[in-house]
Amino acid sequence: MSSDTLNNEPAIKTHIPDSFEDGQGCTPNNIKISVKDLNFFYGIRQVLFDISLNIYDKKVTAFIGPSGCGKSTFLRTLNRMNDIIEGTRHNGDILIDGNDIYAEKVNLVELRKKVGMVFQRSNPFPKSVFENVAYGPRIHGIKNKSELDDIVEKSLKNAGLWEEVKDRLTSNALALSGGQQQRLCIARALAIDPEILLMDEPASALDPKSTTRVEDLISELKENYTIVIVTHSMQQAARVSDYTAFFYEGDLVEFDKTKKIFTMPAKKQTEDYITGRFG
Amino acid sequence: MWKEKAIKIFFTGAATTSIVVVGLIFLFLGKEAAPFIFSENVAKLFGTEWVPVSFEKEQFGVLPLITGSFLVTFLAILFAVPFGVLSAVYLSEIATKTEQEILKPLIELLAGIPSVVIGFFGIIVLSPILKNTFGLESGLNAINGAILLALMATPTIITISDDAIRSVSTSYKQASIALGASKLQTIWRVVVPDALSGIIAAVMLGIGRVIGETMTVLMVTGNAAIITANPFDSVRTMTATIAAEMGEVPFGSDHYRVLFCIGIILLLITFGLNMIAQKVLRRRGV
Ligand SMILES: Nc1ncnc2c1ncn2[C@@H]1O[C@H](COP(=O)(O)OP(=O)(O)O)[C@@H](O)[C@H]1O
Ligand SMILES: [Mg+2]
Repeated sequence: MSSDTLNNEPAIKTHIPDSFEDGQGCTPNNIKISVKDLNFFYGIRQVLFDISLNIYDKKVTAFIGPSGCGKSTFLRTLNRMNDIIEGTRHNGDILIDGNDIYAEKVNLVELRKKVGMVFQRSNPFPKSVFENVAYGPRIHGIKNKSELDDIVEKSLKNAGLWEEVKDRLTSNALALSGGQQQRLCIARALAIDPEILLMDEPASALDPKSTTRVEDLISELKENYTIVIVTHSMQQAARVSDYTAFFYEGDLVEFDKTKKIFTMPAKKQTEDYITGRFG
Repeated sequence: MWKEKAIKIFFTGAATTSIVVVGLIFLFLGKEAAPFIFSENVAKLFGTEWVPVSFEKEQFGVLPLITGSFLVTFLAILFAVPFGVLSAVYLSEIATKTEQEILKPLIELLAGIPSVVIGFFGIIVLSPILKNTFGLESGLNAINGAILLALMATPTIITISDDAIRSVSTSYKQASIALGASKLQTIWRVVVPDALSGIIAAVMLGIGRVIGETMTVLMVTGNAAIITANPFDSVRTMTATIAAEMGEVPFGSDHYRVLFCIGIILLLITFGLNMIAQKVLRRRGV
C-alpha cells in the first residue's frame, strides 16, 4: 500500500473529472475529500464498485439513487463508521485534505472530530438538551463550565435551535419535537467543530415544515462546512446541493454539478431515475 | 364483555392473594412472637449477647445477629455489585460471540448450584485458602460467607444487567462513536447511564438473594454470635440462627418466641430495602 507516501505528500490530488477543470471554483485546490477506486464489502458481498469522486470544500454534495444502492455505506466509509460493523472490508483510497483516512496511523478520534455525522433517524441521547450538545466537547476533554456553555449556545444557534430551547436546556431532549430533535443532533455534531458534515437522509422522518427548516439550515451551514447529504428525494438534492452523485446498485453512475445532472444528465440511467422512470 | 370482566377479576384476585399471603405471614409471625414482645422480658432483645440456652441466665440480645447479618451482606454486596455489573458490561458490549456462547451457559450453571453445595465449597476449598493466606485461626468467618453469597448473587446481577444493557438502542452508541468517543467512553457515558434503572433493579434482586440466603452462611460463617466489624471474625446471621435453632427449641418457650421476633425483624429489613429500591427507581422515572 502506498498510504504512507500519500500521507506525507498531501499533494496527490489526481483524478478530477476533466469537465470540472474549467468550472468556477472547482480547481484541485478546493478538493476536500478524494475517493479513488473504492470497493466495499459486507463479508463476501460487494456493495460498492470502483467508486471514484471528489467532494469539494464548502459545497453541498448530494448522493442520490434507489434504496439499497450503497449511499449510506459509502457515506459511512468517509468517517469510518463501517469499522464498527463486523466483517466489513474495502480497498481503494479515501483522502481527506490529502491524507489517507484508512492509513494505519490514522487517529479515529481526530478523524471523527473532523468529520461529523447526522443520522437518518434523529438519535439524541436520553439526556438533557445541554448534555447532548456538550457530549462531544466533554469527550474531547473540555471540562470548563463556561467554555461548555459557550459551545452549547453557539452550536444551538448554528443549528437554528437556540431560540426554541434556550429556556429548557435542562429538560430531556426526547421531549423535543421530531424536527427539533434532528436539529439538536446537528447542533451536537457541530459542537465538536467539524470541517465536514455527513448527513444520511436527515429529513426523511420529518414533516414538510421541519424538512424546510433543515434544508435552509444546510444552505446556511455550507458557508463554513463541507456537507455530504444522502437523500432519496430528488427535489431535495436539487434544492440544497451543488454537486450530485447518482448511484445505482453499487456503481457511481454519474457525478456532476447538480444543475447539470438535473438538466442534461450524460447517462440515460440518470435521466430515467431523475424523471422518475424507476427507483 | 364478560370475558374482560373475568380476566379483571382473575388478576385482581391474584394480586389480592399475594397481599393477603404477606399479611398472613406477618400475622402468623406476630402471633408466635407477641407473648414475648408484650412480656417484661422484651428488654432482653436489645442486649448484646446471644446465649439462648443456659443453666443460669438466658440472653436474647439480637444485636450480634443483626450486625452479623449486616456485615456479611454488606461485604457480599461490596464484592458482587462491581463484579456483576462489570461482567455484564463485558458480556454485552465487549465479549466476542464465541466468548458469549461460552460464558452465558456457565453463568446460568452457577445460578443453579444448590446453596448446600456452595456451602461445602466454602468449607472445603475457600476456608483453608483464607486461613492460610491471612494466617487465621479459622477460615469459617464473615468474609468466607460474603464471598460465597457474592458468588450466588452475581448470576442474577449479570443476567438482568446484561438484558438492560443489551436493550440500549444502538443508535445512541453510533451517535457517540461518530462524535469521536471510544468504545469505553461510549459504554460509561451513554450505555450504562441509559441502562441504569435496569442495573439497579438487578442489583436489588441480587441483594435480595444475599439477605435471604440461609444454608450457605449457616455452614461457613462460623456462627459465633459476636458484635464485630472485622471481616475475618466469625459471625452468626439472623437467618442462620433461625435455621439452626428452630428445630430444637422447646415449643412455646421464650427462645422459641424470640426466634419469631428475629423473623419479623428480617422481614421488616427486607421490606424497608424494597421500599428504598422502589423509591430509587421511581425517582429515576422508571
Ligand atoms: N450492516 C450491513 N450488513 C450487511 N449488508 C448491509 C449492511 N448495511 C447495508 N447492507 C447492504 O448493502 C447494500 C447497500 O446498503 P445501503 O448502503 O444502506 O444503501 P442505501 O443507503 O443506498 O439505501 C444493501 O444491499 C444492503 O442490504
Ligand atoms: Mg441509506
